[in-house]
Amino acid sequence: MFLLEKRPEASRLWTWGTPVLAVVATMIAGGLLFALMGKDPFLAIRAIFWDPLFGPNASYFRPQLLVKAGPLILIAMGLSFGFRAGIWNIGAEGQYVIGALCGAAVALAAYPAENLLIFPAMILAGALGGFLWGMIPAFLRIRFGTNEILVSLMLVYVAENVLSYMAHGPLKNPQGYGFPGSRNLQQYPSAHNAEVIAGTGLHWGVLAALAAVVVGHVLLNRHIFGFQIRVAGQAPRAARFAGVNPDRLVAICLGGSGALAGLAGIFEVSGPGGQITDAFNVGYGFTAIIVAFLGRLEPLGILLAGLLMALTYIGGETAQLVVGLPAAAIQAFQGMLLFFLLAFDLLTHYRIRRRRIPA
Amino acid sequence: MHRRTLLAGVAMTLGLLATGAVAQEPLKVGFIYVGVPGDGGWTYQHDQARKEMEAHFGGKVVTSAIENVPEGADAERAITQLALDGNKLIFTTSFGFMDATANVAAKFPDVKFEHATGYKLAPNLSVYDARFYEGRAVIGTIAGRMTKSNKIGYIGSFPIPEVIQGINSSFIHARKVNPNVEMKIVWAYSWFDPAKEADAASALIAEGVDVILQHTDSTAPQAKAQEAGIYSFGQASDMAAYKPKPRIASIIDHWTPYYIDRVQAVLDGKWESKASWTGIKEGTVQIGEITEAVPAEVKAEAEAVQAKIADGSYHPFTGPLKKQDGSDWLADGQVATDAELQGMNFFVEGITAEYPK
Repeated sequence: MFLLEKRPEASRLWTWGTPVLAVVATMIAGGLLFALMGKDPFLAIRAIFWDPLFGPNASYFRPQLLVKAGPLILIAMGLSFGFRAGIWNIGAEGQYVIGALCGAAVALAAYPAENLLIFPAMILAGALGGFLWGMIPAFLRIRFGTNEILVSLMLVYVAENVLSYMAHGPLKNPQGYGFPGSRNLQQYPSAHNAEVIAGTGLHWGVLAALAAVVVGHVLLNRHIFGFQIRVAGQAPRAARFAGVNPDRLVAICLGGSGALAGLAGIFEVSGPGGQITDAFNVGYGFTAIIVAFLGRLEPLGILLAGLLMALTYIGGETAQLVVGLPAAAIQAFQGMLLFFLLAFDLLTHYRIRRRRIPA
Repeated sequence: MHRRTLLAGVAMTLGLLATGAVAQEPLKVGFIYVGVPGDGGWTYQHDQARKEMEAHFGGKVVTSAIENVPEGADAERAITQLALDGNKLIFTTSFGFMDATANVAAKFPDVKFEHATGYKLAPNLSVYDARFYEGRAVIGTIAGRMTKSNKIGYIGSFPIPEVIQGINSSFIHARKVNPNVEMKIVWAYSWFDPAKEADAASALIAEGVDVILQHTDSTAPQAKAQEAGIYSFGQASDMAAYKPKPRIASIIDHWTPYYIDRVQAVLDGKWESKASWTGIKEGTVQIGEITEAVPAEVKAEAEAVQAKIADGSYHPFTGPLKKQDGSDWLADGQVATDAELQGMNFFVEGITAEYPK
């Protein structure tokens, strides 16, 4: 007979052990799934986890890993603070879109002028756009007590419609033969977020993500703000006594995570993405939620989790090519990762005890 | 290690390389899909054509595909992945892959690229598209005859030239056989979204429409048409499950001849960059079976339009035609140029719907 017993404190071992266990369990369950589909599971797992890092074309994929992980890490870092404090920004996808739109609008307004100030102005506009979009649920929660989960999520769909309108209307490329989509910012030197060192994948957005990890680590562990966040999440009443202003915390968490998502958006559209199109957003804002939890809401963990997520994306494409797996199987595989993580999280907060049945 | 074994090893390796060169390696051809083959529409037709092309060459060609590739940065990576994987010919099958394809093409001058529905060319980058408006002329004719309420509905995806051509062509040919016909247009702003397409169909039906044409890929409008007891046309694929009613005909994208042609050109070393825009004549656009729900004389009339387009004696955009605002477009007997069609951004006279801005 087994019993679940709540641990007085979350287990340190399992806090870091569960992600590893989840990855291993995903490999096993995913391998079984692939085998049932008649594909070689070892080849598939190798294609996903090994080939992008050490395979024959790894020199191309390693930088791509950074390109893919950059926005995930940047957004997840912003989200992690709110999540710790029990403030749930589910709408990073919308803030990402609005940030990209605001920044791109600055660039397109300046086109074709070449000036060193254009790129910084775009970045500021992107951060501001994301910040303001994030402040809408913050304001509504502070002023009217609305639920920020619903409001921020619903605003994603609003943002997507704004995006579609912009791609078909004001931001449309006048030389694009009437097709929707903006000019390509990659072809506009002043606005192009190019690789800082060519061939490494390190564009400004990746650097910003790394900076966010460092700053986040310091804030969380060395700063009073980090303390307030932790207290607010663990004991809201105690937090009030400790002088935490809950409204201010809501505004900082939602506005701040919005700004970081907006930054991710502008770095993406001015760099790897290039264009505002109606299909510009591909779900980074939602995937970042998984990354934040996979990384245990810890900056270093988020860094690793972002890279791991990016690996499953890129490796997933390799697996489609090498093994002929359909895209849906890859998505199921990614879903398993979150599922197992949440399932094994039980071990962090509970311990399994064996109870002897008295004779 | 003894020098002799080393030499023997080198000799063997060289020997292997030599035999490898003699026994011809199959040509690797890659595909990038924006959706999944299970969409039953656009991607499904490309995937069918890929399989038929591969079967046609029987072992001389090996194909692979990456599905569900988002447009933008991910597309560029996925296309690069195909190129790195040794594919010598790569088909990118969505408009949104245009810039990504052009970027990758610049990096791999030895690989040939084919981008569907775009307009950017390079020495190793071709574009291909189909004259769907030719098929619309045929089903527009049927729609004009079949409506009793004199209201036909059109579910548009995005207001881009390809879709505008389809709307105009359908309307012109419906009007030709039925001067009282009106067209209602609803935009789904998606290529594939069953829920939105169903809503669009319901909105049209509520307005009294009794024939629905769609330029979106799901079968949701077919199901709505069935419920309402009105007529519809299959889009992209045959949508044969809805035969003989509501689906009374269909417009099918048939890429197989083009894929075979282009792969053959690479095998022969004769591949050249070009912009290909083919239609009913070349078999890229096909009309699916016109069912028994359509009276024989209407069927004959539609087939006559199809035959005239196929033999080149008739162009669906032949004057006299005016624009929606009443200004002149094509004089009597004048035919629209391809350049005009590819930039089409206006409705023709008689369509009352507002042109989306």
